[in-house]
Parts: sequence; structure tokens; C-alpha cells
Amino acid sequence: MKHRTFFWFILPTLSAMVLFIALPIVSVAVQSLYIEHEQVLVVTESCGPFGCDETTTIDTEATAALRSEQPLGRFNGLGTYTNRAHLAFSEIGEAWRTTESLGDFFNELLNLPFYWALAFTLTYTFVVTPFVIVLGLAIAVGVNNLPRLFKGPTIFISLLPMIVTPLVGALILFWMVDADGVIGALLQRLFNDPSLSLKATTSLNWVMLIVYGIWSSLPFSFIVFYAGLQTVPHDTMEAAMIDGATKWQRMIHVVVPHLMPLVVFITLIQLMDNFRVFEPIISFQAEAHARSLSWIIYNDLIAAGNPLYGSAGATSLLTIIGVAFLLTPVLIRTWRDFNRKSV
Amino acid sequence: MATKAQSRITPLTILSVAFVIIWVIIASFPFLWTAWGSFKVQGDFFSKADWTNALIGTNTIAETGSAFTTAGYYGAWVQEEFWRAVLNTSIVVFFTVTISLTFGTLGGYALARSGYKYAFWLLMAALVFRAMPHITLVSGYLLPFFEWNIWGILPTTIIVLVAINQPFTLWMLHSFFLNIPKDLDESAMVDGCTRFQAFRHVIIPVMWPGVITTGLFSFLLAYNDFTVTRMLLSQENETMIPKIASFLGSTQVQGNVMFAVAAVVSATVPLIVLIIFFQRQIVSGLTAGAVKG
Repeated sequence: MKHRTFFWFILPTLSAMVLFIALPIVSVAVQSLYIEHEQVLVVTESCGPFGCDETTTIDTEATAALRSEQPLGRFNGLGTYTNRAHLAFSEIGEAWRTTESLGDFFNELLNLPFYWALAFTLTYTFVVTPFVIVLGLAIAVGVNNLPRLFKGPTIFISLLPMIVTPLVGALILFWMVDADGVIGALLQRLFNDPSLSLKATTSLNWVMLIVYGIWSSLPFSFIVFYAGLQTVPHDTMEAAMIDGATKWQRMIHVVVPHLMPLVVFITLIQLMDNFRVFEPIISFQAEAHARSLSWIIYNDLIAAGNPLYGSAGATSLLTIIGVAFLLTPVLIRTWRDFNRKSV
Repeated sequence: MATKAQSRITPLTILSVAFVIIWVIIASFPFLWTAWGSFKVQGDFFSKADWTNALIGTNTIAETGSAFTTAGYYGAWVQEEFWRAVLNTSIVVFFTVTISLTFGTLGGYALARSGYKYAFWLLMAALVFRAMPHITLVSGYLLPFFEWNIWGILPTTIIVLVAINQPFTLWMLHSFFLNIPKDLDESAMVDGCTRFQAFRHVIIPVMWPGVITTGLFSFLLAYNDFTVTRMLLSQENETMIPKIASFLGSTQVQGNVMFAVAAVVSATVPLIVLIIFFQRQIVSGLTAGAVKG
């Protein structure tokens, strides 16, 4: 295709992506260098018969004028990145010097909001992803063994947790595990502990969110593996059978290697999607115990009255760097493949 | 074509079938339970004392005289004006899907037919864009949108959703157009068509299966979105999902939770209908990117 024709065909989609994905990233970077204006204070001296009094008042008009004049705020350089709410270098240094053991140090570290959110986001991502892959494969093999009649309905039901809106799906589960809900009440009876609540402790909150994550992502890996199973070469399977391989051995030595490219694909998609975990925290109202990077950005943006654009921008940029780290292995791989092809 | 040896029942088969049965229950039970419970009063839906209350509706009978009540639906749709949110969602979803498919088919076709290196780099850039958490992009929009006074209205949200949708749409349609033989449009061009005419008269008539599949996923993205619609729409333009979230803000007052339950069930029904009609396309769409590598 000629360059000129290509340009006209790609123009709409490219301009949409540049305007609303690439430029916002730049805008986020710029925002993160600025910080909100301080309120303009006016010191007035009023002198009475008993001496002079100094009173400090907020000049609301001047503050508003300043804010509308320079909506970005005042320049702060990298100050936002290093403050307590983000990378918190000085606090880390302090903790390193004052704590005795490594465990204490990590406790101090997790008290810092950014590292606490990072810890949850990474735990969620790296626990949910492997579970989704292994369980998805198990379900795919199971469904493949079913009589044809049952396959369609099973796939229909399996799609539900994935297709349904994340916020809504998480809410449905949340109501069930509520202390008064059906699962919550059942657990209380099982453990004979009427005060048991999944919402009360941090670890149970994390477990609950991770279980939701697995529940909602399983269908995706199941469907992909199921489609992959249909393409397993018949001859190889027969050859393995003639050689006396059991069902389990065929599974491990023929089917799994055949599905390996799909594992890479699912891992990629799952890492991307799980790293931005956000809606379940809203639905489960778990922000007291579990915060993700996306959640702290959201929290900055909805801050009553005056959104903290600077703070949100800094966290956003750090998140983007995190995503870049996750994606690097895949991008390098693709780049090598591409070069090999073009040689 | 299962041979006798393959279909022999082994412990492994029984185990895997049992596993599938457990999964089916885990996947479907929450939906059935919530749908059934949405016709009860709060005392039954959250019945700590006896879970059978939620099934037979003891409190519902006591309070309303019948085992089923549509009070939750009335409260959500009429009292809280959920219909307005439904209307907004329909507008947003319709335009998002239409515009992103138009942009996506043009771009995907160009990427599939161009052999140059930059086409590859564009696809890679799209992959990176696809990985961006939506909230990071939203934090970049807010300030400019406030400045330009375009915050809170539906068109802004629609164009943002279109843009966020593009990377995925491009990848999907690109791999779909690769499967349409090149000879088809090239022979049209030999006969004197321009590239655009070839696209218009030869490619568009045969591209519908791929477009429908991609459209389903665009639909899901726009319909399921919470981050963008929550942050970029003013209260009167709110769509369904942020509206449901705002129901939760009002604490668990008697009855109010049932509004949210009814709204949740109402928002899920269209998706279930969608799967019933388009199950085959959804499955093929999920696997398209994967199986072709």
C-alpha cells in the first residue's frame, strides 16, 4: 500500500489514539511537576485601645483568582515524587536507619501509602495470574471431555463472570459474603463464630479480592485453552497412545507443550488487566484494607473540592513505568521475532 | 471422533468432570441467587437467621403480602430515575461502537495491507496503549477538559471511550483482514479501482463477521466502563454503572440496598441476552488473537 493511502486510512484511528492516549500521558507528566496553590493568606493588624492584634484570614477571592489564572498550580519540580505519599525517599532512609530487623523495615515501608498500594497490586497480579492459567486449563480439559450436548450450555454459563461488568460482578459477590449474606452467614455457622466477617481483617480482604479476581478472569483463560485443545494434532496423540502413554502423561507431554504459546498470550493479557485492578476495591468497599495503584489515583482525583492533580499525575506516571516494566520482556521478544522474520 | 480407548471412564475423567460441575455452580450461583433475591425485601435478601428465608421470602410475605415484590425495581427505575442512566448508557454505547468500528476498520485494513515497518511499530504502540490503566489516562484528561469546558457531557465521554477502544479494535480487525485474501482487493485495483473503491466495494461486503465480533467487544468495553464514565460525566449525564456505584454511597438504609440489587440485575440482563445470541462470536473473538499467535 502506498504511504499516502496508508496515511489517509490510518488518520482517524491514529489521531484518536494520539489525542486521547499519548497526549494525556504527556499531560500527566506535566501535571506531576506542579502542585496546588497554597491559599492566599492576608494578615491584618487591627489596633484597639488595648494594643494591636494580628489576625490571619484566607483571601478566598485572591485564591480563586490565582487558581483560575494558573490552573496547573505552582511549579514543584520532582517534589511530588519524593514526598511521603509517593516514593518517600527520606522516610525510607529514616526507616532503614532506625529499624533493627528487615521485617521491621518492611513494616515501616508498608505504612507508606504508595508502597502499600504497590504491594497489593503486585500481590494481586502475581497470585491471580498463575491461578487463572492452571484452573483455566483444568476446566478446558474437563469441558473437552464432556458429551457434546453439555458443551454449549457449560460455555454459556462459564462466560458469565467475565462478561458481566466488573463493578457489578464484584458487588454480587460482595452481597453474598456480607455478614448477613448467604455465604457470610454460612461461614459464620461453619466456624461457629458469629462475629466472623470477611471484611474485618486485612488478610481476609485480600483473599476475598483475589478470589473475585480469579473468578472473573477464569473464563477468559478457559475459552482460549478450550479453543487451543481443538487444535491438538490427532496423530501425535495417537502416537503417544501407541507408545503406551497414559492419559496423564499425554496431557503433560503432548497437550501442555502444544498450548505453551497460549500460556504466553494469556499471561500477557492477564498481567496487563490485573495490574490495573480497581473496580473490585470500590465494590467490596475494601479501601481500608487494600488499595491498588489505580485506587490511589482515583482517590486523589475525587478529593472533595480540589482534586490533587499533581499527586495523581505522579502516581499515574509511576504506574505507567510499572506497566512498562511488565511489558518489556514481551516487547523484546516481539522485536526479536520481527527482526528474525525480516532477515 | 472419540475412539473406545479415549472415551473409557478413568478416575481422571471423573475428577475433571466433577471439577467442571463445581465451576459451573460457582459461575452461575451468584447470578441466580441475586436475580431471585432482587424480588424480595432486604430482610430476606440478607437473612442471617435462616437462608431459606431468601428462597421462600418469609419477610417479603409478612411485609407485602406476596412472596415476590417489585419494590426494588420500582424504587430504582422510578424513584431514583435509573431509566435516565439507561438512556445515557444506550447513547454512549451506540455511538462508541459505531465510531470505533468505523475508525478501526479503516485503520485495521491499512495495517493488514501495508508491508512497511511502520505498520509493525504502530501495532506495537497500540499494544503499549492497550496496557495503560484507564485511570492514569483519566487523570490526564480532567484538567484540560475543565479548562476547555467540555467536562461532563456525553460527546466527550464517547470520543474518549472510542480512543481507549482503538488499540484493541485495531489488533482484532488487523488480524481479521489478514485472513481476507489479498487477491480480492488487488484484482479490483487491477480492474481500475482506487484503493478506497476497492475497500468500499470489495472488502466491506465480506468483512461483516469480523466487524460484528469486534463490535461485541467494543460494546462490552463501553457498557462495562466505570472509570471513564464515573470521572468524566456530570451527575445528570451519569450512565448505569456509576449510577449503581452511587446507590452504594447512601449507606445500607432499609430498602435502599434493594434498589442497588434491582439495578444490578437490570444492568446484567442485557449482557446475558448478548451471550445467548452471540456466544459463538464472543468465543471466536476471544481466541482470534491467541490461536493465530
